[in-house]
Amino acid sequence: MSPTSIQVDVVIPTHTKYLDLVGSIGERVVRELDGFAGDREALAYQLNLVLTEAAANVIKHAHDAASKDMVRVTIQLLDETLTIRVYDHGQGFDLETVPSPDFAAAPESGMGLFLIRSVMDKVSYTRQADCNVLELVKYLK
Amino acid sequence: MKLELEKNHGLSVVTIREPRVDAHNSAELKDYLAQLIESGENRILVRLADVRFIDSSGLGALLSAYKRTAADAGQFALSNVQPQVLSMFEITRLNRVFEIYADAKDMLPN
Repeated sequence: MSPTSIQVDVVIPTHTKYLDLVGSIGERVVRELDGFAGDREALAYQLNLVLTEAAANVIKHAHDAASKDMVRVTIQLLDETLTIRVYDHGQGFDLETVPSPDFAAAPESGMGLFLIRSVMDKVSYTRQADCNVLELVKYLK
Repeated sequence: MKLELEKNHGLSVVTIREPRVDAHNSAELKDYLAQLIESGENRILVRLADVRFIDSSGLGALLSAYKRTAADAGQFALSNVQPQVLSMFEITRLNRVFEIYADAKDMLPN
């Protein structure tokens, strides 16, 4: 059987009630994977998690009280490389300067990016012409 | 958010009747636990049997309650944590912070 190829492109309003929906797309994508020999339950959770965390971060920083702004999320599987991109129109941030949580202090916030970095193989955040893109890569081989 | 409270031998057992704790409902959980502690309860067990997904904000809500009870020389514990949810506590090393029981009855006197 030829390797699975997937391309998903979704746009959701910047409201937390859509986090469940966007996270569940990640779980659903895992069900479509042919020949993935790893732990499917763990991978499904991880994709749900990173989509939830990334979308929540955009929603949190959206400067739009009426929630008319949108979050665009794309998921692409090609050559056993899973790439998730989350687009935002906010001010952006420097990924390299975001500190790791101080676990000794049992932090109540700031763990989202740490979780994303923990479960993905590559994380980058770049500024494009009219938006910012958080790119998350997971190698399935 | 559906939450159930049961009191047993001085222990407040809170059961989260939701499959998912994320940034949409975690503030509600945080506020509920804060009010419970404010009302004088300082031995709290949160049952996570129904929770199959938790994000960083959900972990933060539990940590907030843990800190409040610890400041009052109380006890705050978790039980019935599903395997994938438990992995979140392991990645963030919060499994070293929280007392985690296999079952709620393990925290009750025999």
